[in-house]
Amino acid sequence: MKTSRVDHAEASSRFIAAKDHVTFHDRRLWDLRTKRDRAGAEVEEWEDLRTLASAIKEHTLTHLADYLEEFERNAQRNGAHVHWARDATEHNQIVHEILRAHGARTLVKSKSMLTDECELGPFLGRRGIEIVETDLGERIQQLDEEPPSHIVVPAVHKLRRDVAQVFARTIGTDPTNTDVPYLAEQQRRDTRPYYLKAEAGMTGANFAIAETGTVVVCTNEGNADLSVHVPGVHIVSVGIEKIIPRIEHLGVFVRLLSRSALGSPITQMTSHFRAPREGAEMHIVLVDNGRSERLGMSDFWYSLKCIRCGACLNTCPVYRRSGGLSYGATYSGPIGVIVDPTFNLRKYSALPFASTLNGSCSSVCPVKINIHEQIYRWRQIINERNQLPIVKKEAMRMAGKVLASPALYRSAVKAARAGLEYLPRTVIYNPLNAWGRQREVPRAVKTTFREWYLKNRGKKS
Amino acid sequence: MKIGLFIPCYIDAFFPEVGIATLELLERFGLDVRYPLRQTCCGQPMANSGCEDDAAGTEALFARNFAGFEWIVTPSGSCAHHVRAHLTAIEQTEKVRAVRANVRELVEFLHDVLHVTAFPWANFPHKVGLHIGCSSLRGLGLATTSESAGPPFSKPRNLLSKVKGIQIVAPKRPDECCGFGGTFSVFEEPVSAKMGYDKVADHANAGAEYIVSPDMSCLMHQKGCAERLGMDLKFIHIAQVLNGARA
Repeated sequence: MKTSRVDHAEASSRFIAAKDHVTFHDRRLWDLRTKRDRAGAEVEEWEDLRTLASAIKEHTLTHLADYLEEFERNAQRNGAHVHWARDATEHNQIVHEILRAHGARTLVKSKSMLTDECELGPFLGRRGIEIVETDLGERIQQLDEEPPSHIVVPAVHKLRRDVAQVFARTIGTDPTNTDVPYLAEQQRRDTRPYYLKAEAGMTGANFAIAETGTVVVCTNEGNADLSVHVPGVHIVSVGIEKIIPRIEHLGVFVRLLSRSALGSPITQMTSHFRAPREGAEMHIVLVDNGRSERLGMSDFWYSLKCIRCGACLNTCPVYRRSGGLSYGATYSGPIGVIVDPTFNLRKYSALPFASTLNGSCSSVCPVKINIHEQIYRWRQIINERNQLPIVKKEAMRMAGKVLASPALYRSAVKAARAGLEYLPRTVIYNPLNAWGRQREVPRAVKTTFREWYLKNRGKKS
Repeated sequence: MKIGLFIPCYIDAFFPEVGIATLELLERFGLDVRYPLRQTCCGQPMANSGCEDDAAGTEALFARNFAGFEWIVTPSGSCAHHVRAHLTAIEQTEKVRAVRANVRELVEFLHDVLHVTAFPWANFPHKVGLHIGCSSLRGLGLATTSESAGPPFSKPRNLLSKVKGIQIVAPKRPDECCGFGGTFSVFEEPVSAKMGYDKVADHANAGAEYIVSPDMSCLMHQKGCAERLGMDLKFIHIAQVLNGARA
């Protein structure tokens, strides 16, 4: 099937055109980055924690099948049902089957990127089951019929006044009241009845512990706990890479997660779900959806270490100025750039170029994923698989020819110099000159360095 | 000490004064500096665009030009980084590996190889903002970054602090990328320009008269942004300042 390529540059120009939005977005996320820096600096062994976390993940991923089976055994012993989903469709069918068996019409759900990845909402919607997002940011996005733009703060691209508009339109709030406590309280009042009405609740999982068969969910709003403890059925969607071997490893990740994400020492709630309540059911769906294939990619398996903290998004100067929606994918920012092409190379082939390769993403990653090096590798693969735009490929072919030949290179320099010296401004700043749209081009020089050298040090070479 | 001077294509063509300052500065230390006349580029523009296949010819030429030098010095961090980390489109013969290992960005060379302690000829009585390109910063490790734990250091700052009269100002985001990014500047023009605008504004707000950098490609982009914005901000390569440039 031919899918169209996500045009990140075009989407980013629209994002930047909304001046208030881009300014707020950049500042808000930079603020999270600096809070992360301070929180990390307060932990003396911060770098050791990162190294340890990376090593634990590396160990787990290289023994993944064993730990998954250990997890399954222990979860079943605890009384949970464990399901295996090869891909998104299987995941959605499994969830639907559980809901159908309980005659569920409504599902309350806390934050989970995996269910976005699987497009669970539309799947259940078509089958007459309503999903209600209970996380404030996710709910804003759901009511606005937009996907989350950030893996931790899903509506961070919206200003208060945007949220007031969305709520006014969908849950009947006062459109002129942009007071944050007011808006949050209105969302809470709107959502609470669903907890009572819903037949099932759903969470994701930040960690799944093989040794205990438990899943751990880190939240700041308490909505995950309500989603679990009120309805009679709890469904957990968890990607197979979320496994950690032992409970003692959890502390390493918990110490890193919220500090990296928001600069806070820990999330308000760190909930361990072990077994169903009496009379209730707990279902854990372990989802592959391309992960084991990625585990086999020698250049990219490291990306499975990701604990979804969002630090790479917050530090990324491109992400902050283009917004998560410009990536046209479930996962945006640097981690998205290296994960999305594994789902659809052609569709996401522009994303690895939405980076300056500045490397700050790799520097902040709590599990030391070499993100910017993977971005560089993806670029090579996109070229090898003939997915570069023809204009770019031709430009590089030409550049390669010219720069491989001293004579051609010198003619090109002469031509460029003549162009800069003699062409009128309107010709130099033509619509095809992307450099010149918002920037001046360098001035023509009288002599090149080489010419100067020949004249002044000519006898030496 | 036999030194090969690598002047990247964009410096040769647009900023010859940076090449001249680099050469003169190295000569001040009594080094035998040669500029191989058949040099062009290091291959980075193609390789960073995913086209290592198109970089091979340029990389082979680079390796031929610079074989046999004890050190290869260049006033461009991203080019030095490309050669050391990514010049892999051609067969990695012993000669190629030696060329790659011997490449040093100018600040690294002055700081780590020559251990320069003074620039008695240099006097730059101005407020300057220091911009270290990302390949120099995180790729070559010229300085610690704001996101990293541990005691801070900065090789370019160490060198500049030996220049009489200079005052280094502190922008709010000292090591945010300026948005040049090679072909990124053209293919992701909206974000690139926005980053450049934000960068020059940050330096101007900190009171900088000049932005000084070991990376002329970043400066080319920032200069283009500042000029379009009509800002009164000047740009100068660190080689020029260390070589005793007067305003």
